[in-house]
Amino acid sequence: MILGIDVGGTHTDAVLIEDFQVKRKTKVLTNEANLLDSLLAVTTELFRDEDPQKLERVVLSTTLSTNAVVQNKIDRVGMLIVSGPGLSPADLPIQRDVHFLSGAVNHRGVETATIDPEEIGRTADGLQREGIRHVGIVGKFSTRNPQQETRIRDLINDHLRHVSLGHRMSGHLNFPRRIATTYLNAAIWERYQKFVKQILYFVKEQGITVPLYILKADGGTFDINRSVDFPVQTILSGPAASIMGILSMVDFAEDAIALDIGGTTTDIAIFADGVPLLEPFGIHIEGHKTLIRGLRTRSIGVGGDSCVRFVDGGLTIGPEREGPAAAFGGPFPTPTDAMIVLGLTDIGDAGKATAAIEPIAAAMNASLEAAARAIFDRTCEKIVRHVRAFIEEINNEPVYTIHELLEGKVLKPTAMYIVGGPAEPMSARLGELMGCPASLPRNAEVANAVGAALARTTAEMTILADTERRTLTIAEEGLQLTVSPRFTLAEAIAIAKERLRERALDMGAKERDLEIEVIECQEFNMVREYYTAGKNIRVKVQVKPGLISTLR
Amino acid sequence: MTRTRKTGLIFFPAFDWAISPTHPEREERLLYTQDQVFEEGLLDFDNIIEYKPGLATAEDINRVHICVPDARGVITESHLISAGGAITAADKVLSGEVDNAFALVRPPGHHAMLVVHGARGFCNINIEAVMIGYIRKHYGAKRIAVIDTDCHHGDGTQDIFWNDPNTLCLSIHQDGRTLYPGTGFHEEFGGPNAMGATINIPLPPRTSEDGFLYILEHAIQPIINDFKPDLIINSAGQDNHYTDPITNMRFTAQGYAMLNERLNPDIAVLEGGYSIEGALPYVNVGIILAMAGLDFSHVKEPDYNPASLRESDDLKRTIEREAEQIYKLWKNRDALREKVVGQAKYVKRRKRIYYDTDGISEQQEETVRVCSDCGGLVMIDSVADTGNRIYAVILSAGTCPECRHDGEEFFALTNPGRYQYVYFQDRDQDIFLVK
Repeated sequence: MILGIDVGGTHTDAVLIEDFQVKRKTKVLTNEANLLDSLLAVTTELFRDEDPQKLERVVLSTTLSTNAVVQNKIDRVGMLIVSGPGLSPADLPIQRDVHFLSGAVNHRGVETATIDPEEIGRTADGLQREGIRHVGIVGKFSTRNPQQETRIRDLINDHLRHVSLGHRMSGHLNFPRRIATTYLNAAIWERYQKFVKQILYFVKEQGITVPLYILKADGGTFDINRSVDFPVQTILSGPAASIMGILSMVDFAEDAIALDIGGTTTDIAIFADGVPLLEPFGIHIEGHKTLIRGLRTRSIGVGGDSCVRFVDGGLTIGPEREGPAAAFGGPFPTPTDAMIVLGLTDIGDAGKATAAIEPIAAAMNASLEAAARAIFDRTCEKIVRHVRAFIEEINNEPVYTIHELLEGKVLKPTAMYIVGGPAEPMSARLGELMGCPASLPRNAEVANAVGAALARTTAEMTILADTERRTLTIAEEGLQLTVSPRFTLAEAIAIAKERLRERALDMGAKERDLEIEVIECQEFNMVREYYTAGKNIRVKVQVKPGLISTLR
Repeated sequence: MTRTRKTGLIFFPAFDWAISPTHPEREERLLYTQDQVFEEGLLDFDNIIEYKPGLATAEDINRVHICVPDARGVITESHLISAGGAITAADKVLSGEVDNAFALVRPPGHHAMLVVHGARGFCNINIEAVMIGYIRKHYGAKRIAVIDTDCHHGDGTQDIFWNDPNTLCLSIHQDGRTLYPGTGFHEEFGGPNAMGATINIPLPPRTSEDGFLYILEHAIQPIINDFKPDLIINSAGQDNHYTDPITNMRFTAQGYAMLNERLNPDIAVLEGGYSIEGALPYVNVGIILAMAGLDFSHVKEPDYNPASLRESDDLKRTIEREAEQIYKLWKNRDALREKVVGQAKYVKRRKRIYYDTDGISEQQEETVRVCSDCGGLVMIDSVADTGNRIYAVILSAGTCPECRHDGEEFFALTNPGRYQYVYFQDRDQDIFLVK
């Protein structure tokens, strides 16, 4: 039996899953001030007639980190930056409490300028004077050689609560994003670790002794104890929960579209051969561009409660929501009201819906029915237009080899899965417009909690081997090894897979769920003075986002 | 700082293509540039937009080249992509989607001449020329200035537009007496109907930032101001760099960025540059930032030392003299035409062309009809030691009725026999015929 809980902004949803089936489900309002209250409420409700001893695992998806960032409930962070040559410091993302330090590493991981211990000592004293106890250390190309970051940490660590190191956040190259990600990690660390302590206390009180996992933005989980050092990975795990939920409710291995139609917005996600797509670099939150691995979603300003207006001879749908649908006492006509008038749904007060649509019909010089039909069609068309644009954007993403340019995968979705309030009345028309069958997964209203419950542990690993320098660097582990000058791509892949396996197991993965794939592997001859001096080998491997294998 | 501009970036490192495994033009060439561009987060700037390159077609190539036996026979897919990348850059700029664009693509093209029997100077087809042909076809007649800042003379671009008065081909490069391809002197000044539309500025070895920027200010910019182009294209070779392994100049990332800031090209297209670790990552980041109007003052090579790169006083004086001479030559272009062409009806020139990359020798005779109304009619008789001999009739963009009449007649009268192929390239009406 698995317990899945999604603590959302409005509702906390929870499910108990047994033998692939949703056995019980519940939904309560989230108490923002005390998340443990919400957890207690849902677990009490679910376990009323159940034996907690039958639990195999618990997975939690929480908005805690997201809210900390959105509501600015974060700590002051001292950022120590080793920038080296390149972008102007003024163009880097974090500007407050930033200290630029001597040192530099180049694209091959070669130290091109040394750090200055005296300068670091002065900076550390400054932090102490300012009372700053949370620090982020980020170097340009630190994923290619983490030594300067770790040496700086060793020189300043005395009086601090927490230090986040840039190279541990992600193996991707992108210095400004590494700065933003490290900053956020350090900024929410205190709050997050306190939350983890409370949760651990809570589950102990409940007599739960099974592994406890936290959902990440990439739709994967990690052991709660491992999550403490990387709270940033839990930002924006909410949308990921729903996408994983859809994945668990329908069986498909083709290109597909998932829509979560809410009141204000519609979230779009895309699956390639049944696997949800990830953001190419990382998610965006509150103006921060990050390296946080996250599922690729697009949120558009159209939903069931979008405000409908008739201006300059045309209908506009959204993007703003001015309240609920008129049928529920809202101030403006909405697509939901149009669907009520058309008889596509029987919720709310039909009289109020009609009254809201009538002025639009008059302005359009059309019958009530025709006006409602037009609103409904415009709404569906707007969603479909954005879905098409999103797919086109993904298909037009730059590639860097001739092979990929000529033979690369082109997404052609053949199915669409829709969840959310207006999913049922809109599905047929959306499917028609999109040219592929649309369906509604079962238990869609708790897709998020189911998704959390069934998501497997995911991890990624980036390897750079430079046989001329005889080094192998694993960015995410902060590890540098010596390799032979005859080291090969095949060996690099083997090491990457083995290390990833260990890492994933350490994060709480089960051996049977380790679906490891190579997502990047390149080998370049490094030629100096017309002779091959070595090979530059690049490998990236991941555990595919997906479901634990008890389900399928 | 200048205001920020919206800059299109077409980045295509062709990580699966090389001339040969240890050739300078190999997979690794843009690897560290990609690392640097990604690590600096340049693609996250709202005003830097990356585009996937399109694919050029044989039709695009046939607008500016006579390929023997045909376009498909002299290229690989990679050439269609790098030319396609340049075309994408042009499309994005001319449609107004961006203010300027940089095609950071390979393989390069500026040594590919009008007739193509094979590859020379690492180039098969001239990607800027293909792009210019495309621009004229899709966006109308334009006066275009190509400023070639590669360290090697842009002899291919010069050859293709030799008789075109509407395309200024200005190349600055290391003196041809000291470097491949051994051409690019003052005397190369354009065909009889396009004198002054080809300008060559050979610079002495060891020219550095000051020298390049002096030439820019005192020769290139005044000439551009007089020529009044609709579009400025930078053939952005990066082998003037002080670390380049196959040249002897002392240019820097700062210098390249400043040059691009001042030249302000509409489109830049990567050409050579083989210091793939020490120069390209920094030079390319500098150029992208400069084009986008962002602060590039911190972009420096790790071993950058301006004092060690300073020019001697002698060198400075040589460069100042060069700038003065060139501008004078340009100002006298009409008088020079009178003197050189005089009353001649046709002007002939003979050339020997060596294709170093493919080891082919070609002999060529070019005949140009002197015309005061257009770029004239061009006829080429070319024989290569591959055994191929061809004849080509070329009408320039904006060709006059008389030149057209004569050209069509020459094509009609010339039959394969001693020629394997006879080509007709009408750049005015975009017609390409082979018999």
